[in-house]
Amino acid sequence: MAAHPYQAQAKAEIRLSMTQYESLLVTFGIPLLFLVAFSLIKVLPLPHGVLKPVAFLVPGTIALAVMATGMVSLGIATGVERSYGVLKRLGTTPLSRGALLGAKITSIAVIELVQVVLLAVVGLALGWKPTGNALAFVGAIVLSSAAFAGIGLILAGRLKSEAVIGAANGLFLVLLVLGGMIFPVTSLPGPIADVARLLPAYASAHILFVASTGAAGSLTGSWIVLLVWAIIAPLLATRLFRFE
Amino acid sequence: MPSIEVNDLWVRYGDREAVRGVSLAVEPGRILCVLGRNGAGKTSTIEAIEGYRRIAKGTVRVLGLDPARQRREVVKKIGVMLQVGGIYPRMNPRQALDLYAGFYDDPVPVDELVKLAELGSAQKTPYRFLSGGEKQRLALALALVGRPDVLFLDEPTAGVDAAGKQQIRTAVADMARAGVAVLLTTHELNEAERLADSIAVIDEGRIIAEGTPTELRERFGKQTVVFRTASAIDVASFSQRLGLKVTDLGDNSYRLGEEAPPSIVGSITALLAEQRIDLVEMNAGRGSLEDVFLEITNGEA
Repeated sequence: MAAHPYQAQAKAEIRLSMTQYESLLVTFGIPLLFLVAFSLIKVLPLPHGVLKPVAFLVPGTIALAVMATGMVSLGIATGVERSYGVLKRLGTTPLSRGALLGAKITSIAVIELVQVVLLAVVGLALGWKPTGNALAFVGAIVLSSAAFAGIGLILAGRLKSEAVIGAANGLFLVLLVLGGMIFPVTSLPGPIADVARLLPAYASAHILFVASTGAAGSLTGSWIVLLVWAIIAPLLATRLFRFE
Repeated sequence: MPSIEVNDLWVRYGDREAVRGVSLAVEPGRILCVLGRNGAGKTSTIEAIEGYRRIAKGTVRVLGLDPARQRREVVKKIGVMLQVGGIYPRMNPRQALDLYAGFYDDPVPVDELVKLAELGSAQKTPYRFLSGGEKQRLALALALVGRPDVLFLDEPTAGVDAAGKQQIRTAVADMARAGVAVLLTTHELNEAERLADSIAVIDEGRIIAEGTPTELRERFGKQTVVFRTASAIDVASFSQRLGLKVTDLGDNSYRLGEEAPPSIVGSITALLAEQRIDLVEMNAGRGSLEDVFLEITNGEA
């Protein structure tokens, strides 16, 4: 019988993720809360030409959910596993570093799929009418997952578990503000908006917004930014990741 | 060919030299126990042999392979038990064993491991709720799941009750009888004495003594007599009458050191009878491995 370390680990990761109830509450609860609350209570600015908040908030909260799951949940869970010696123990088995990281990315992809479906269904119930490029929408989610998971794993692979919790949550807040997920990046001061456009959060939210609304505007810059993050972050995570 | 062969191993953490020129070998079916104080370099040595620590100098071969350069091959043939933890806190023993079984081509059936580790009643209990003994037995079962040729056990019975220790020692001895080479570290000197075919004592990163338990006792152990009486004796008078220094160990216990001859036992009992003091217990001999260890390290295991 040939061994399948990746499959075994991916199965275990998915089971562990799906039973991490306190984490699921955050990864599902926060995006859903933002979507429902800011769709019904119109207090936030909207991009030019957008009439209904839900059209901006569904792609924004999907980007937010992907970021929360990939960067925060995965990063913190992996950091805690490192502090418990779980990763060190796995490092003495035939499970390779690449297979471990691949299994972790697979497990968050499963969670993200559920998140996207849930947010889309709630969005449709709130009046969301997507009219754009479905392929670009899915592609952006895939690249965002890779980018945020890579960032989470870089943090988990290099920092102490307590530091991972602080760094992941702090980065989450910064990217939430700069990402154009809940309010448009054009509301930010010029230089800050320019920096924001180089971040994966903005690129992700921007592509998802344009792909779901058919809004005018070039996506080339955002695709390049997201693609670079989606390649560099996981690669760096694989190189920098330490089992102990 | 030895299953483990280490020559002039050096491990450094920055400027600190944790392991300084360690050489050792373990043949198939033999158990080598590495003893040493906390921070002596035991874990760094074992982790360097596993391929887990970068070595600064020297050569390490596990089953003829370089664990650093041929790691993919080595990890298929070794079993490792860490000092503590290493298992997902929310995972139960059966899930953990199922997961690890998935890493190997020909794993030991999980049911067999559950039985071996006596985890039947705890197999569905999350790891964080297991007792110390159950955790250690699970860690050992995980080390055995891939049918290893070499076992690395870092303090396998730490925090385990007497019955649990015996189960683990029996399992380790069985593995050695089956031809597995075992390298273990422990703080339990009687465990080393019972299990090990040979012992290496590490201090400040160097091996300062090695041999079988008997060889070490003969080489370093001093002939001593320890006895306990029902009431206190006059130490000065005893020393004078016996012609040897008697040390008061407290609680009516006394030691005659410095190569006390076996014939002194008769003199002690005669003196006690003369003074109408009851003898509670008396031990004479070369001293335990613990005495040897304390003698050569001036410390504690």
